[in-house]
Amino acid sequence: MTTLPASTDKKLGLVIDLDICVGCHACVISCKEWNTSNYGAPLSDMDAYGENPVGTFLNRVHTFEVKSAGCNAQTVHFPKSCLHCEDAPCVTVCPTGASYKRSEDGIVLVNESDCIGCGLCAWACPYGAREMDAAEGVMKKCTLCVDRIYNENIPEIDREPSCVRTCPAKARHFGDFADPDSNVSVMTRERGGMELMPELMTKPVNRYLPPRPKADISGEIDILAPLLTPVPENKGGFMGWLDKALEAI
Amino acid sequence: MHPAPSVILFTSLSGLGFGLLFFLGLDMPAVSGWTAFAFFFVAYALAVGGLLASTFHLGNPQRAVKAFKQWRSSWLSREGVFAVLALLVMGLYAAALIFLDMRLPLVGMIGSALSVITVICTAMIYAQMKTIPRWSQPMTPVLYLLYMFAGGALMAAQIHLATVLLAILTVAQILHWLIGDKAFAKAGSTIGTATGLGILGQVRLLESPHSSTNYLLQEFAFEVGRKHALKLRVIATLCVGLLPVLMLLMTPAGHLVSLVALVLHMIGLFSARWLFFAEAEHVVGLYYDKHRG
Ligand code: SF4
Ligand code: SF4
Repeated sequence: MTTLPASTDKKLGLVIDLDICVGCHACVISCKEWNTSNYGAPLSDMDAYGENPVGTFLNRVHTFEVKSAGCNAQTVHFPKSCLHCEDAPCVTVCPTGASYKRSEDGIVLVNESDCIGCGLCAWACPYGAREMDAAEGVMKKCTLCVDRIYNENIPEIDREPSCVRTCPAKARHFGDFADPDSNVSVMTRERGGMELMPELMTKPVNRYLPPRPKADISGEIDILAPLLTPVPENKGGFMGWLDKALEAI
Repeated sequence: MHPAPSVILFTSLSGLGFGLLFFLGLDMPAVSGWTAFAFFFVAYALAVGGLLASTFHLGNPQRAVKAFKQWRSSWLSREGVFAVLALLVMGLYAAALIFLDMRLPLVGMIGSALSVITVICTAMIYAQMKTIPRWSQPMTPVLYLLYMFAGGALMAAQIHLATVLLAILTVAQILHWLIGDKAFAKAGSTIGTATGLGILGQVRLLESPHSSTNYLLQEFAFEVGRKHALKLRVIATLCVGLLPVLMLLMTPAGHLVSLVALVLHMIGLFSARWLFFAEAEHVVGLYYDKHRG
C-alpha cells in the first residue's frame, strides 16, 4: 500500500553531527559492504575496474565549504542517505506499492519483487536518496539496516545501522525520534538539529547537527607567520654567499 | 532531467492518440465503416504505441501489470488504469460503429471523458513533483490538455477548432516556459536549505562524493546550453502553433494542408517535449552545486 501510515509507533532515524564528521567515507564503505550482501539485490558496480566506474550506493559523503564575511571558511563533510521522511513523497508516487513506510517504526523500504524500476520515486525524493541499480533494474535505498537492528543472531552491540556502528568519529547516532528522551531526541533538542529542505514539507526524520561556532583565531594567526616569511632572493652578505656556495655544489 | 526518448515518445504520441479518440467519441468527424476504421486505427496506434514506449524505460517491464495496483495514491497507477478503461470503452464504441454501423453516443462520450482523464493523469505525474519546480505549476496539466485537444482536433479534421486551439496552445506553451523559468527561484530551495548550512554563510561544493558519475547525475543533472534551448524554443513555437495556424488560415482546406500542418505540429511537439524534460531542473542538483541562478 503506497498511502502513508497516519502515524508510526516509532520514528527510527539518524542524527548526523556535521561538527564531528571528518569525511573519511568509512560509513559509505561499511554501508555498501553490509547492504550488498544482505537485504535485497546486491549493490552493483559497472565497469568497476575500468575507466569510468559507476555503482549503486545508499550513502554518500559530500564536502562543502561555508564562508561568511569576516570569518574563515569552514569545511563541512556531509553524509547523505535516506531521511525516512514522515511525509515521504517517494512512497505515494509508487504505482506498484513496492515502496512503503512501515507503521511500526517508520522505516521506508522497497519490496524489490514488486518494483518495476520506473524510477518515479527517485524523481520524487528531494535528497537523492534513491538509486536505481543498473544490474537489477530495481530501486535501492537505505533500509536503516532493518536486517541488523532487530537481528538476534548478531551481538547486541552490532544491532544498529552499519554506518553508525562503523563511524570512527562517532558522528552518527541511531535512535527513536518518537521518544522525547532518546539519545537522538535529546541531541536534536540541545544542538538545534536541522531538517534538510524543510520548504518541501517532506518532514524528514533524520536530523543534522550544525557545526559548532569556530573559535576566533584571527588575532593569533600571526605569531608564527613572521618566522615563516620567505627569505628574499638576490640577498647579499653572508646569507647571499652561503646561498651561492650551496647552489654551486 | 535526462530527456529519455522513450518518455518523450510516450507522452507525445499517447497525448495525440487520446486527443483523436476524444473527438472520435464525440462523433467529430462523423465517420463510419472503413473511414471510421482508419481513424480508430491511427488513434489506437498512437495511444497504445505511446503506452508501450513508456515501458521501455522500466527496469523490470515484465512486472508492469503490478502498476495498476496503487491508483489510490499514485498518478502513474491512475494513468494506467484510466488508459486501459478509455481504450476498452472506445474499443466498444469503435466496434459498434465499424462493424454494426451503430453509433452509441453515451459510450462515445464516456470514452471521450476517460481519454481526457488519462491525459490529466499523465500531466499530474509531472505536475505533482515538488522536486522539479518547473513542472510543479498549474500550467502543466493545462498545457498537456491543450496539446491533446489541439493535436486531436488537427487529426480529426476539425479545422476551425484546431486553428483556435493551436493559437491558444502556443500562448500557453510560452507562458509555461516563462513561469517555469522563474519557478526554481520561487520554490526557494538553495544549496543553503539543502544542506542546512545556509544559516552559517555562503555554501559551495568543495568535493563531490564520487569521482565519476552516478545514477543521480545521469538521471537528474542534464544541462542544456541557453543558446541551444532558445533555438529549440523558437522552433517549437513556430512549429507547434504559428506555422500550422497560418497554413490553415491562408490555404484552402484539404488533406494535404492538414497533413503538412500535422507534421509541423509534431516537429514542434517533439522539440517542446524534449525541452520539457531537458530544461527541468531537479533540486537534488543542489547537492552537486549544479544550480546556476
Ligand atoms: S529521503 Fe527520499 S527516499 Fe528517503 S523517505 Fe525521504 S523522500 Fe523518500
Ligand atoms: S522504481 Fe520501483 S519503488 Fe520506485 S516508484 Fe517505481 S515501482 Fe515504486
